[in-house]
Amino acid sequence: MAARGLRESAEFRATSAALRARLRRPVSLFFRLKERVIEWFLLACGMLSAIAVALIFFFLFKEGIVALRMVPLSQFISTLSDVTKYDPVEDVTTVVGQQRDFIWQPVSETPKFSVVPLMWGSFGIALISAFISTLCGVGIGIYLSEIATRRTRDIIKPMLEVLVGIPTVVIGFFMLAVIAEPIRALASGGVFSWLHIPFYNRSLNMFVGALGVSFVIIPVIASLVDDALRAVPNDLRAASLAVGATRWQTTWRVTLPAAVSGVFAALILGFGRALGETMIVMMCAGNAPVIHLNPFEPVRTMTASIASEMGAAQYGGLHAHVLFLVGALLVTMTFLLNVVVEIVINKYRKRIRL
Amino acid sequence: MADATARSPNEADSAPYYVELRRLNFFYGEKQAIYDVSLGVPKNRVLALIGPSGCGKSTLIKAVNRISELTPGTRTEGDILVGGESILAANVNTIELRQRVGMVFQKPNPFPKSIYENVAYGLRIHGVRDKATLDGVVEWALRHSALWDEVKDRLKASALDLSGGQQQRLCIARALAVQPDVLLMDEPCSALDPIATGKIEDLIQTLREDYTILIVTHNMQQAARVSDHTALMWMGKLIEHNRTEEVFTNPREKITEDYITGRSG
Repeated sequence: MAARGLRESAEFRATSAALRARLRRPVSLFFRLKERVIEWFLLACGMLSAIAVALIFFFLFKEGIVALRMVPLSQFISTLSDVTKYDPVEDVTTVVGQQRDFIWQPVSETPKFSVVPLMWGSFGIALISAFISTLCGVGIGIYLSEIATRRTRDIIKPMLEVLVGIPTVVIGFFMLAVIAEPIRALASGGVFSWLHIPFYNRSLNMFVGALGVSFVIIPVIASLVDDALRAVPNDLRAASLAVGATRWQTTWRVTLPAAVSGVFAALILGFGRALGETMIVMMCAGNAPVIHLNPFEPVRTMTASIASEMGAAQYGGLHAHVLFLVGALLVTMTFLLNVVVEIVINKYRKRIRL
Repeated sequence: MADATARSPNEADSAPYYVELRRLNFFYGEKQAIYDVSLGVPKNRVLALIGPSGCGKSTLIKAVNRISELTPGTRTEGDILVGGESILAANVNTIELRQRVGMVFQKPNPFPKSIYENVAYGLRIHGVRDKATLDGVVEWALRHSALWDEVKDRLKASALDLSGGQQQRLCIARALAVQPDVLLMDEPCSALDPIATGKIEDLIQTLREDYTILIVTHNMQQAARVSDHTALMWMGKLIEHNRTEEVFTNPREKITEDYITGRSG
């Protein structure tokens, strides 16, 4: 009744009429223009990333292709080296033949540019760290999403974010100064000598590099896996528990499979980051461009090569162009990795319609 | 008769209860959701729980398989008996309990797996591996949930390709596969169209011969059609519990009359 009284009062009518007049004015040109400007601005922001990607691709390939014109493609895979023989009597070294090998020696008298040892280093480190961080990262993600109470989660999740935020150079330094030598000592002579890890001679090697990279990737994977699992509707967990499944059975057989596309994306993303990681591998993987089947030997990755050699390479010289080519190769591989993820996820999503 | 009355002031049946709640109080943290509810359902009968949203009827049936405990900070007082045994006792294993007391949820929630795997899931987690048993039980459960004829040629297809009604019957089959005695149904038709709803209601009529059923529903006609007994809940309290015809034709309480005629709720 009170409301009706208000509607009928003269004051209400006056206010209402005034408001109506204000609100029903045609939208001003300025207002419409403002809308358009905001839209353009946001579009430009979106385009920026696309343009950046395009420019990066363009320049890397433009510079890299030059190297291909200077040196035949086959030489980027295997190199030709002279086989020499030293005659101690005459004190002369004679070339007796040539052999094919995989040598990265960009600043020698006859520079050699086989990218195979660099790819060996990159993929070796990426695979080892992907293995370590898949185990740990998925484990942490499951713990956070399925097991941890709210309070533990509220402590651990920010910690992970801090770990992601630590500059990689600090992690590299930490590995180099604190972790590397004790691991070597343990593996080759300390309490774990009974493990007989063969040929663990050098404190800076592929394994230590991969371990350092894992520190960066574990929190990334853990966070993404946590998100993917939490996106699974609680209904599914309840359905599983309601037929008498344990919590672990529910996680392993229902929640994890339902989140598989997200988990898979997390793993590939982690692998991509490992492939692109530079500072840590430069500092603690030994930085020697050699191929050793033993994962406890030093390696140099593609990224470490670019970072450490670009400064010394003469701009416009062959070495610099080759490094651009290595960069182009790296970008192409990570790009293809992303494409594969998209395809697989879309296929899976269609099949199970999540 | 006297003994039965002692259990519940709103006695519905003189037969012994198979599922029985004794002075049940339920809390979400500090907030009390159920106040001193005593009621029960005899073997092979259907009890419908009706009442407005938030009156505690879902909480009540979720307490019977203790799935309500999944929400942190919940507390149960009083006792719940299934087949004469307390399910709130310290030595009760919720895994065994949930095998005996199956549940069908409000929204169809099949796993993103094949039709076959959805039904076989409960058996697999309890360690049944041999294919002959699995095949047999899957067919049995799908027949009992009136879905077999529609899916027998595509058991390997994704459960998510089924219609909503078929998915809900699949969820019933999944619950039946682990051989429960009791079925809890939490508004099983609320997400379904009238035809699918009709099929589920027919199904409840046949399931009643083998199972004791507690069903929560918002639909008065549904309660009237499928249930033997009806209980009306109101703000966490049990208002009336009686044979369904009695509740709908001759309600004892004013609240019941208002609710079933649509004047409140």
